Amino acid sequence: MGSQHLDFTANVTEALADRQLRANFKSALTGLMKKRVAVLPDAAERERMRDDAEAAKRKALAKLPELLERLERKCTENGIIVHWAETTAEANEIILGIMRSHDATKLVKGKSMVSEEMHLNHFLETHGMEALETDLGEFIIQLNHEPPSHIIVPAVHKNRQQVGRIFADNLEGIPYTDVVEELNAIARKTLREKFRTGHVGLSGVNFAVAETGTLVLVENEGNGRMCTTVPPVHVAVMGLEKVVESLSDLPPLLRLLTASATGQLVTTYVNCITSPRKDGERDGPKEIHLVILDNGRSRMLADAQLRRTLQCIRCGTCLNHCPVYIRIGGHAYGSVYPGPIGKILTPQIDGLADKGVLATASSLCNACEEVCPVRIPIPGIIRRMRTEAYDEKGDGVVKGHGAKKNLLETLVWKGWELTYRIPALNRFVVSMLGRFGDKLPNVGPLKAWTSVRTAPRFAPKSLHQLAKEEGIRHE
Amino acid sequence: MSSTARDRIFARLHAARTTVSPYVPQGGTWQAPMLDKAQRIELLKKRMETVRSEVHVLPEAEWPAKLAELLKAREATTLTYGHDAWFGGTLRSKIKGKGMPKLVPYGENVEAFRDELFGIDVGITSTLGGIAENGTLIVWPTPQEPRLLSLVPTVHVALLKADTIYSTLAEAMREMRWAENMPTNALLISGPSKTADIEMTLAFGVHGPKELIVLVLE
Amino acid sequence: MAHTFTYPRDVKTVYYFGTCLVDMSFPQAGMAGIHLLRRAGVEVVFPQEQSCCGQPAYNSGFLEEARAVARAQIKAFSRADWPIVVPSGSCAGMMRHHYPEMFANDPEYFDVRKFSERIFELGDFLHNALHVRYEDKGKPVKVTWHSSCHAMREMGATAAAKALIGQLSNVELVEIEREYECCGFGGTFSIKQPEISAAMVADKIEDIRATGASAILSGDCGCLMNIGGAMEHKGVPVAPRHLAEFIWERING
Repeated sequence: MGSQHLDFTANVTEALADRQLRANFKSALTGLMKKRVAVLPDAAERERMRDDAEAAKRKALAKLPELLERLERKCTENGIIVHWAETTAEANEIILGIMRSHDATKLVKGKSMVSEEMHLNHFLETHGMEALETDLGEFIIQLNHEPPSHIIVPAVHKNRQQVGRIFADNLEGIPYTDVVEELNAIARKTLREKFRTGHVGLSGVNFAVAETGTLVLVENEGNGRMCTTVPPVHVAVMGLEKVVESLSDLPPLLRLLTASATGQLVTTYVNCITSPRKDGERDGPKEIHLVILDNGRSRMLADAQLRRTLQCIRCGTCLNHCPVYIRIGGHAYGSVYPGPIGKILTPQIDGLADKGVLATASSLCNACEEVCPVRIPIPGIIRRMRTEAYDEKGDGVVKGHGAKKNLLETLVWKGWELTYRIPALNRFVVSMLGRFGDKLPNVGPLKAWTSVRTAPRFAPKSLHQLAKEEGIRHE
Repeated sequence: MSSTARDRIFARLHAARTTVSPYVPQGGTWQAPMLDKAQRIELLKKRMETVRSEVHVLPEAEWPAKLAELLKAREATTLTYGHDAWFGGTLRSKIKGKGMPKLVPYGENVEAFRDELFGIDVGITSTLGGIAENGTLIVWPTPQEPRLLSLVPTVHVALLKADTIYSTLAEAMREMRWAENMPTNALLISGPSKTADIEMTLAFGVHGPKELIVLVLE
Repeated sequence: MAHTFTYPRDVKTVYYFGTCLVDMSFPQAGMAGIHLLRRAGVEVVFPQEQSCCGQPAYNSGFLEEARAVARAQIKAFSRADWPIVVPSGSCAGMMRHHYPEMFANDPEYFDVRKFSERIFELGDFLHNALHVRYEDKGKPVKVTWHSSCHAMREMGATAAAKALIGQLSNVELVEIEREYECCGFGGTFSIKQPEISAAMVADKIEDIRATGASAILSGDCGCLMNIGGAMEHKGVPVAPRHLAEFIWERING
């Protein structure tokens, strides 16, 4: 799963042709960018927060095995049942097993990107279970049988009219409306009934605190609290990078997560879950399971550069600031994690053979790195994906390294190297271009360039020549 | 199967330590400002009102009258609360009579109470404190005051003692010794339930309370 | 990633790294940069063995080729430890920040780092190291400014460029909407993902057009070739100009 064939070029063509889609993205993301700056107005303070957030995540990664062991021990002491899954298939089976052991058939889900990575809904449905998304955005796109297009605002590609039609077409007895308040009321009514009757609640985890064995969930809607409080069983799923050492790591991480994700100072709810219902308590699940997923993450940890991918707190701000994402939207990436983070995460999980192309979809403008709350060097890791895809030296470590290696490109870049390494050859080539450059055949890269631009021009005399003629000292 | 998956995962995690230097940059440089009591109340109120919470600062003795007024304005017909909460007795003695909602204590397990709970208008809870930094209530549900009181009813009323407002989350965690005694569920609540999932248009009460009313008791 | 650099004082001599694109296609812009430096009383040395910073290969996944070319540049500028001034924020960013990364595990790392610390973007150097003053001799004109992503985010050179433009009394600078956004060039990105690149440059042109400016200035010829080529293809009458060339013309009437 997750490594379906990706025809990125076709997806891009389709996305760029959809004017409505581009307008929806542009307006929503421009708003999110402005809100982020408004809530983090003091640049110096913001950088101090980033120092702390980055340090907290890197510290956790440096001690990952101990922290995971401590998390497991504390959770177990608190009565939370911990499961380990190497692959998404194993994680899915664990959840199915939990449901079956309770004769459960109805799962109500809070927002969880890991469950998307697992394609959990599809898996459970094929085993006769109902898996219902309850985050409003996720609910909308699930009704329309679509994957999320953004990791924070999954239905950002839909406008109110489109949502109105989705509700009218898929919910019984609901007439069309495009009034946002009314759409929210419809969702509230429909979903509260589902919370009341759900057998198992599923959630993701934003931060798992090793010190206390606490699962921290951040949200605005309250559906996460519903899923983790009303049903008798709660299953939390997390990637193994979600662990942090202590509660004192949380304040800067929480501030930056919400500021970066939605431009808020704080979310409505920060829900810290440390144990199932205790004797005498009247609500809360009687059983909590924590499923900890690897799915390639432990391999990333083994490389100093690649491990920094694991710092990600899934705020989505790199998507909001990415000039490529803004134009093509999330679905074009054909992957659970789109945008800049997806360009480095997806190839590492699914392999360069299928998903390496995503790393080519970046102008390396560094906008993502500039805003990343935990300072993941995304452009550097994108370059790394490109380098691994060719794997010239044969020392690649990413799944599918060398998948794009080909003689033509190898020769082209060898030729480029010689041209720019050997001054005499460089002078010859530049002078040839000056003389004959305008006669180059309009094929290949030049054709791509000239589809929307005039051809590059080559000067009759190079800067080397002009400088020499003007007597500029050359040493 | 699970235990072998665990072994293989940990084998890789431990092996990774040998290939990567343990260097970690220093943190601990950011702290939100520490405030005096008046500033804490003022900032909490301001922050909470920004996200459409209703905040009333009043002398402690006056809260029942204020609550009655708020309930009347909303024509609430049912109110749920924890029978043994510190304010339970006062609530029972002051909130009664014409125009006042029926008081429904959350006295059973959720399995028995759930269907009734989902139809109740107002839930009232105590709080363990507030955080001025980001306009937050600290709510640790207890056997006396279960978790869903602050989530399921349409309106959530919270009683917050002004003395328990901290400047920052970090301070609250330290002073309350969170690390040593985390409860089943610790909640930070900063407004009514909200969403902007449709066209980034903010709307309140998508799943949980449509209103949050905070009575800050001095 | 943008840093506050330590600028050299009492500069007598600088090296000039022209960049491959300026060399081939925009040599007048390159010469204008040399003239501006000399006008500020600085001797300019242009090593003839220089060629390209290596960024095209580095960004495309061909690290070994990039390293080989980078080594050649380091060697070409090794006879003295003068500052190295570059009329491109992108190439400067490559040499300043990415050379040390490329050689992080090599014995020459510390030499590379020393080399990198000598790299400055032209506009930034004129303003912050040489403190140049210009008198505008041109006619009133309205221009807009485009920062290359690397001039902005790696070299922090935007403010200096605007300060220089601000010294030209007859030049009105109209800032562009979404100034922070990439024009879609990205080197080989523009030919590996031509459709996305085309969509980006099309939006950039609309934003430029909306300013009503008659010229778009930039300190990077890659962006200018992209934006200029797209404007010419579409028949948008705005002139793409390198900052150095523009200033040189303005102060010489």
